[in-house]
Amino acid sequence: MASSNDSIQKTIIVALSLCLVCSIFVAAAAVGLKPIQNANKDLDRKRNILSAAGMLVPGKSIDEVFQTVETRIVNLQTGVFATEAEIKAAGINPATYDQKAAAKNPQLSVALSGENDPASIKRRANFSAIYLVKSGDDIDRIILPVHGYGLWSTMYGFMALKNDFNTVIGFGFYSQGETPGLGGEVDNPNWKALWKGKEVYDDQGEAVLQLAKGGVDSSDPNAIHKVDGLSGATLTSRGVTNLVQYWLGEEGFGPFLAKLRSEGAQ
Amino acid sequence: MSDVKKVLFGPILANNPIALQILGICSALAVTSSLSVSLVMAIALTLVTAFSSFFIAIIRNHIPNSIRIIVQMIIIASLVIVVDQVLKAFAFEISKQLSVFVGLIITNCIVMGRAEAFAMKNGPVMSFVDGIGNGLGYSAMLIVVAFFRELLGAGKLFGVEIFATIQNGGWYQPNGLMLLPPSAFFVIGLVIWVLRSYKTEQVEEPEFKIAANSRAQEAL
Repeated sequence: MASSNDSIQKTIIVALSLCLVCSIFVAAAAVGLKPIQNANKDLDRKRNILSAAGMLVPGKSIDEVFQTVETRIVNLQTGVFATEAEIKAAGINPATYDQKAAAKNPQLSVALSGENDPASIKRRANFSAIYLVKSGDDIDRIILPVHGYGLWSTMYGFMALKNDFNTVIGFGFYSQGETPGLGGEVDNPNWKALWKGKEVYDDQGEAVLQLAKGGVDSSDPNAIHKVDGLSGATLTSRGVTNLVQYWLGEEGFGPFLAKLRSEGAQ
Repeated sequence: MSDVKKVLFGPILANNPIALQILGICSALAVTSSLSVSLVMAIALTLVTAFSSFFIAIIRNHIPNSIRIIVQMIIIASLVIVVDQVLKAFAFEISKQLSVFVGLIITNCIVMGRAEAFAMKNGPVMSFVDGIGNGLGYSAMLIVVAFFRELLGAGKLFGVEIFATIQNGGWYQPNGLMLLPPSAFFVIGLVIWVLRSYKTEQVEEPEFKIAANSRAQEAL
């Protein structure tokens, strides 16, 4: 028995048939579960958007609440909403647009280096999906995706702004791999609550919102632009400051928000 | 019947895969910073060990000796991929936290060890029971470690606050070290110590004896 098992013929037959059976098994699981997985991912994205905007209502389904949110595409190069033609040319579907994938596509992104890349994201997509919550025809709040490098990981999050396009309503990361207990405290609800009411831009229109090491002194005239840094997580805090200033600054949503501010919400 | 019992419950205390065989340490370090994640990992590993042992035992008489490790790996890897897909579909939050560690069940020494040591020599049903048993041994250890790490590191159990931490205005200063992987070494070490004090037959013969203190004159 043992010797016949070790013949070349038997070895090849066993290997081939096993691979065949296993591959069918794995493929069936992957394909069969794909719709549920995609639904999960989509739900997760919506939940994060709503939670940044402070719109998560217990007892109400996420899909239901999300219907009040309008997804728009912004052209980060021109700083305005992308036109139909641009969206079509780039082959984007606003509902499923994946900025992470687009940032890797040379046709849909620009490479950043050195000084241009304070958030260490290497490539920036040309288009970004943003989310508007409207009351009537006016924008009530706007939710912007941001990301950047902390200490160990790229942190992905959403920042929600009021309709003055300056005051923060909420901020949070949905994906990060910082040190648990130190940098990982970016997920602490108490810390996230500190962002509420802070202002992004100073009088000159510069994005100056930042984390302050050692905590914010309330007598500081710039306290409105500062949030307590995370203790024991200097590099994560620096990363958060960089990514906030980058995405809300000149290279990010700065020009777009400035235009909205001057035109008024439409 | 007593055989089944021994195979099923033996690995929990008497022959724990982590405490006695010191297998599967890496995932025990990585995922035990919170109880709920550990629990899912424990269930996933138990299922993978049981079913991989089961399938390997079924075809054990047809596995050519020269490629037996690869054959075991293929079966284990397929099962792990399926578990990963199922988690992504039905426990999305937890699969995000476990991230890469589900995939790393493939490399967990316990799964491979049971396949090689038990399933290659025993029938499918017994191998399945052995897989469950070793999975339970791993689970027990993981849960004990995660209990202490989450409680001391974050003041929580299953995400529910037990000790009010200073960050949230309470009295407990969380021990940050407990959240980092090395702390699992300390906890596992202490558990092994307790276990071996209770079950002294687990204490190994020392490989060499430390000489008694020599006197100063002798040393010269």
